[in-house]
Amino acid sequence: MLNEIIFLLCASLTLAGAVAAMMLRNLVHCALCAAGAFAGLAALYLQLDAQFVGLAQLLIYVGAIAILIVFTIMLTRGDEVRPGASIASPLWWVGLPVGALVLACLVGAIMASPSLLRLPAGAVHAPVRKIGEALMNRYVMPLQAVGLLLTAALLGAVAIGLREPRDAESKTQ
Amino acid sequence: MESLVKYVWIIPAAPLLAAGVGALLPAGRRRLGAGLAIGAMGVSFLLSCAAFFTTLHPGRAACNFRWFEFGDTAVPLGWVLDPLGAIMLLMVSLVSLVIFVYSVGYMAKDGNFTRFFCFMALFAAAMLGLVIANSLLLFFICWELVGLASYLLIGFWFQKPSAAAAAKKAFIVTRIGDLGLFLGMLWLYARTGTLLFYDGGHGCLEQLGAGGLAASTGISLLIFCGAVGKSGQIPLHVWLPDAMEGPTPVSALIHAATMVAAGVFLIARVYPLMSAESLEVVTWVGALTAVFAASIAVAQNDIKRILAYSTISQLGYMMMGLGVGGVAVGMFHLITHAFFKALLFLGAGSVIHSCQDEQDIRKMGGLRKLMPLTFATYAVGMMALCGVPLFFSGFWSKEAILDAAHHWRVSQAPFYLGLIGAFLTAFYMTRQVCGVFFGTPASAESGHAHESPPVMTVPLAILACLAVVAGFFGTPAWPWFQSYLEGGRAALDLSKIAAAHQLPILLLSTTLVFAAILLSGWIYLKAAARTSREMDPLEAAQPAVFACLNRKFFIDEIYDATVVRLTAVFASVSDWLDRAVWGGLVRAVSWLALALARLDRAVDEEVVNGGFDACTETVRGSGEWVSRLQNGQVQRYLRIIGLAFCALLVLLLWGSQ
Amino acid sequence: MTTPLANYLIVAALLFSVGLAGALARRNAVLVLIGLELMLNAANLNFIAFWRFGPHAERLAGLMFVIFSIAVAAAEVAVGLALVIAVYRHRRTAQLDRLDSLKG
Repeated sequence: MLNEIIFLLCASLTLAGAVAAMMLRNLVHCALCAAGAFAGLAALYLQLDAQFVGLAQLLIYVGAIAILIVFTIMLTRGDEVRPGASIASPLWWVGLPVGALVLACLVGAIMASPSLLRLPAGAVHAPVRKIGEALMNRYVMPLQAVGLLLTAALLGAVAIGLREPRDAESKTQ
Repeated sequence: MESLVKYVWIIPAAPLLAAGVGALLPAGRRRLGAGLAIGAMGVSFLLSCAAFFTTLHPGRAACNFRWFEFGDTAVPLGWVLDPLGAIMLLMVSLVSLVIFVYSVGYMAKDGNFTRFFCFMALFAAAMLGLVIANSLLLFFICWELVGLASYLLIGFWFQKPSAAAAAKKAFIVTRIGDLGLFLGMLWLYARTGTLLFYDGGHGCLEQLGAGGLAASTGISLLIFCGAVGKSGQIPLHVWLPDAMEGPTPVSALIHAATMVAAGVFLIARVYPLMSAESLEVVTWVGALTAVFAASIAVAQNDIKRILAYSTISQLGYMMMGLGVGGVAVGMFHLITHAFFKALLFLGAGSVIHSCQDEQDIRKMGGLRKLMPLTFATYAVGMMALCGVPLFFSGFWSKEAILDAAHHWRVSQAPFYLGLIGAFLTAFYMTRQVCGVFFGTPASAESGHAHESPPVMTVPLAILACLAVVAGFFGTPAWPWFQSYLEGGRAALDLSKIAAAHQLPILLLSTTLVFAAILLSGWIYLKAAARTSREMDPLEAAQPAVFACLNRKFFIDEIYDATVVRLTAVFASVSDWLDRAVWGGLVRAVSWLALALARLDRAVDEEVVNGGFDACTETVRGSGEWVSRLQNGQVQRYLRIIGLAFCALLVLLLWGSQ
Repeated sequence: MTTPLANYLIVAALLFSVGLAGALARRNAVLVLIGLELMLNAANLNFIAFWRFGPHAERLAGLMFVIFSIAVAAAEVAVGLALVIAVYRHRRTAQLDRLDSLKG
């Protein structure tokens, strides 16, 4: 019982945050609501006995990604929507039905599956030691690959975000 | 003889070299051009003398070599040195040398002096080569070269349309005869396998004895066709009078002494091949030609034409001599005729030269006092030709022919024809001499005539001497010539003249000759005394006969109406066929090819190109249309991804059911 | 644990479609990126749910996947935001309907 209530709370927090993130006018509000959605998800992970992942989610998503988003919103302020103008993109009325369609398909798929009402088998233990061992033994290659990827992303982001020399920028003015 | 025969090729090679060098000379180098020719001719004459002396010992030497081979067959050529050839070499080189010297004076005012000597040297080379040829093939090559030189020299003043036409006529008419000669050559080669005359027993003339080739009438008659063309026998005589369009030295050398004699020489050379039947044909043709030409000469008014018809007539005599009496009889007349006919032509040239190129005897006269040297030598020549007895060569050579004709077993008709010819010859020669040298001058030019320069009169004198002396080598008293040719020894025996079978003929022919001279002299001396001479006395007496003779029995007109017209019709038919039929076919094929090409191009441009262009245009257009999907709006892409995701999901989950 | 698997899956599906709809319907580029993150997170939730409810949970397969997915998502968001900033510097706008120069 408690389980289900917690589940419902977390789920509704997540979904509310998500909807708010997509519908609010003020961009910073959107970013903060998104952070809330991430937090709700972290709670769900914790409920599912994935402690490491839940805390990692909090650390990374809420702690880094949401902040990054806020930074970016701050840095791209110049072209704000005028009060009264629409915040929706043109053809938004095509986009929403597409989303609805996708939802319908997914829900349909979920409903039609046989393992729908499955309950968990037993207790699951996923200690960090085991995760660490798995990372070093079985998943060492993906680990290295992800390391490489993160390096490349770091360098790429720096390179893209670098300010260009003065004369090039004056040209674009 | 054996050692000299290796060098006998130099005799024709020297003038050939002179002709080659002369062809490259510019027209201004006159002395060099004439000097080259005369020098070369001198060399040939000296060598010919040497050759002649070696042949005084009877015998024959031949020198053969391989010209080229194809496969297993070899084509040999060679030259031969024997009495027949040696006497011809001597005559040709001597007469050519004399005439070359004469030409220096005669052609002095002509602008094409060097070209003249080049062609004359070429002719001399070819004639000498013809004489020494041991192969019928080499003989034919030189025969054709001689014809070429004759064409070039007859048409020397080619700007004159009559000269150009005469050159063409000469070449074409002799060609008709040469066709027969060529066929005879082929037949002979097929029968004997060789064209060499003397080849150590295997030559075509040597295969007659021991079971080889029997004398073939067909071959010899075909070869005689060539001689008919070249030597101006009827019916192929028509070119010789027209050939008088060439300069007088040319007429003297080519159309009196040498080239026309080549036909007689040919028959003499291949005499072993002549059967009795073909010799009969030769005799009849010769006899008829002799009388035919002599009668035409009676009514001619051009000084050179008279001599031309006289040449034709004398060639007929030579042929008759070959037919009835053999090689020696015919050749003797050939040699003596060469000397006195060349003399007569050169004398006529001297007259023409002095009378400012006037050639009509009706406009001459009284030149006896104005040109004494010319008159004297001309008179010697005329008496030699007529056959005035004892001191003139023509008498002895014609005697030999008449004697042989009288003893001919087949028929006596050639003998009587010969007698008639002798009468006519004396008649027209006297007429000519009276008209030119006696009486009073009939025109201003002949009134102002003067003697020719020594460069022209000295050759006349030399030839006059020869015309007298040459006869003494063939009299019945000392038949040196006959024995020289036949390889025996001759003894001087004056009593032979009075031998029973010889004397009546001698007297008969002498009587006829004197009668003709007296008759003609009586008629024409009176006519020559008048200053104006429109009407020939004979013409006044018998206008129709005279007109017929004057018009050469209308032979040229008959030929023109028949042969020439037929050829022209054939030529136009061929032309039409070529132009309309074959040309039309070719044009049709080319039209078809063009049409196909155009069709091909149309197909290529419209169908292939068009189709291909349409295809690519479709691809490009559809690509352009499809690329409009990518409008740069990211959210559109995301929408499409979303839809595709749904479709995929549906397909995966429910598609398999 | 008494909530069935279906519940988690439906939550995930809803989260996913909200993220998609927001990405399609908003003008600002950053908001599209937020929508993208929501979609990723929905997928992560799916993975964890299936790991928890599926057999062989001791193998930690789903967990591992999610760990790597979070790492990759972090990298991707960094680069993507750098891109947005770079584009903003050039074109002075972060509105997606104005950024269409990569047309075909």
